[in-house]
Amino acid sequence: MNEKDHLNTLSDIRSLMERSSRFLPLSGMSGIFIGLYALAGAWFTAWYLREHFSGTGSSEPAAAGAPPESLLAPTGMIVLVAFLVLSLSLLTAYYFTRRRAVKEGLALWDASARRMLLNLCIPLAAGGLYCLALWKHQHPELLAPAMLLFYGLALLHAAKYTYNDLRFLGLAEMMLGLLASFLTEYGLTFWALGFGLLHILYGITMYYKYER
Amino acid sequence: MKEYVSGLNREFESRVRLGIMSILMVNDRAEFKTLKELLALTDGNLASHLTALEKAHYIKVKKQFVDRKPNTTYSATAQGRRAFTEHLNLLEKFLKSNKQ
Repeated sequence: MNEKDHLNTLSDIRSLMERSSRFLPLSGMSGIFIGLYALAGAWFTAWYLREHFSGTGSSEPAAAGAPPESLLAPTGMIVLVAFLVLSLSLLTAYYFTRRRAVKEGLALWDASARRMLLNLCIPLAAGGLYCLALWKHQHPELLAPAMLLFYGLALLHAAKYTYNDLRFLGLAEMMLGLLASFLTEYGLTFWALGFGLLHILYGITMYYKYER
Repeated sequence: MKEYVSGLNREFESRVRLGIMSILMVNDRAEFKTLKELLALTDGNLASHLTALEKAHYIKVKKQFVDRKPNTTYSATAQGRRAFTEHLNLLEKFLKSNKQ
């Protein structure tokens, strides 16, 4: 064996270690779209709240100790929008990831994909249930911070099983979540920054780094 | 320079075996099917290399039934991990000494 053989062997080893333990087809392009959906959803929610509840005299809902009725009432429309944003995001992520897997000849559903998804979903499921509890105990002002925090934790955890870059997105989401926990009157703004802007920035970075 | 090359582990002469060990270094365990797909090998070819590694006590085999189907998983032993790491260290030394 000469030097070139040894170098080839080392790059083989490296590639096998990476392909067998990390989920690689994850696409940055989907991040850009998901961010746009989130921004649209946040913009609509802000408009909807202003349109329907600015006349009730409680324009500073978080400042008052207990959340006013008005914040709990408009659930129907907002839940619908949230659900729409979530479904569109999942479909988009699936579409772009599948496209990339086909293009680069990577497996879409293998052990690494299952492991990444499972590790992403465990903290997310806990977060989802926790948000339901917040809702039940009438703390709608804590929903945005809780979503950001749990999402950040989920990304941080899942990063071990896919691109390490995901860790930084997770940390940024957690920081926004913590800030939002204290500045509850800007909940929707922080939500838009975290789920909208950060996704777009992350998507662009990943696209240029790995997909071009 | 020569002694580094002769020090390289004979068990790892084949790239397939190095490949199997690479996968098992970063995964607690791997199924036969997973190994086969990642290394793009035929059943027979992969099986013979797995047997060789098992004989060297570098990997452990676990056979069990999942949903009444036989399921074979492989994991690296402490001895195998040590041997693999030493092998990589030697490769590194060899490459470094060549550069100078």
